[in-house]
Amino acid sequence: MCTVCGCGTASIEGQGHDHDHDHAHHHHHHGHGHDLHFGQGAAGVAVPGMTQDRLIEIETDILAKNDRYAAANRAVLAGLGAFAVNLVSSPGSGKTTLLCKTIAALGDQPLAVIEGDQQTANDADRIRATGAQAIQVNTGKGCHLDGHMVGHAMEHLDLQPGAMLFIENVGNLVCPAGFDLGEDCKVAILSVTEGEDKPLKYPDMFTASRLALLNKVDLAPHCDVDLDLYEQNLRRVNPGIEVIRVSARTGAGFDNWINWLRGSLQRKRAVAAAE
Amino acid sequence: MHEMSLCEGIRQVIEDQARTHKIKAVRRVRLEIGRFSGVEKPALEFAFDVVMRGSVAEGAALEMIDLPGRAMCYDCAHEVEIADRLAPCPDCGGGKLMPVAGDEMRIKDLEVI
Repeated sequence: MCTVCGCGTASIEGQGHDHDHDHAHHHHHHGHGHDLHFGQGAAGVAVPGMTQDRLIEIETDILAKNDRYAAANRAVLAGLGAFAVNLVSSPGSGKTTLLCKTIAALGDQPLAVIEGDQQTANDADRIRATGAQAIQVNTGKGCHLDGHMVGHAMEHLDLQPGAMLFIENVGNLVCPAGFDLGEDCKVAILSVTEGEDKPLKYPDMFTASRLALLNKVDLAPHCDVDLDLYEQNLRRVNPGIEVIRVSARTGAGFDNWINWLRGSLQRKRAVAAAE
Repeated sequence: MHEMSLCEGIRQVIEDQARTHKIKAVRRVRLEIGRFSGVEKPALEFAFDVVMRGSVAEGAALEMIDLPGRAMCYDCAHEVEIADRLAPCPDCGGGKLMPVAGDEMRIKDLEVI
């Protein structure tokens, strides 16, 4: 179990954690331990005539607060006709390499990248080396990005109308499945070195994804793996999932992936224009 | 999974309710947890006690109601109840099932004074 998550320990690269939080997006009452500021409102106030137990029906999702932040992010992206992908995978599946190659293949398409990792700005540095704008979000001990962190990161990016936004989540096949960031869809990256049964072991992430990129296919002949079995297992946990076989190293399959991205953006822009 | 941050989500919802409903203390919190939600119940119970400290829900009892997992079978087009995520369709034995319910993590109600 990961024990500490969320913005209490997260930091946006280039800023201390004590940066100014008084802009509209940020209602900073998260935190841990001594930082909690709840219980200073109506709580503790004696209410005359209200001594009996009563039941308050709530029927609220536990992650309702995250969902509100995600909805706000989604509204910003819809307004821009921008298409956002939440890239999810295990650590080491080749997300950042794939992203660098993707940026190169997209040419002059306006885009931006949010890089999520527990520590270091290595990945954002690698992205910036391609010429793309990128911001690093370090989650500290947190195991996933949340809607709040992404909203904050988006404020620091110059998102153009019709842009693509790539959000590279923390390498983790468990927790990021449950946290909506406001993206259009999740894209799972699964590398052939991970074993054909990965989708069965971590079904939630692959169920939540619209597309799976089966990466490092150039290594398949050296790994005794069955690429069809990967696809079969992906469809067992998500019968509707699309699968594209790629190699970020050789560029195999990239035409399909880039077409998929361009097509998705085009549909998003058509919807934005119609509204 | 991420039981500590789930409990912080619960605390935020409770604190919001406390402000609107003038709650003095929360005696019991009832959650609805879907079978496929990935929530580790003992971890959630542990985190709940820790996270609620200093709030109106300090010491509150935590009750978890299980919700079944349901899926749409792509072979027979029935919506069926399944006990585990990789179970075959109980109607046709098919293996292509898309979950449609069971990932719930909801606060159902609060017993308060």
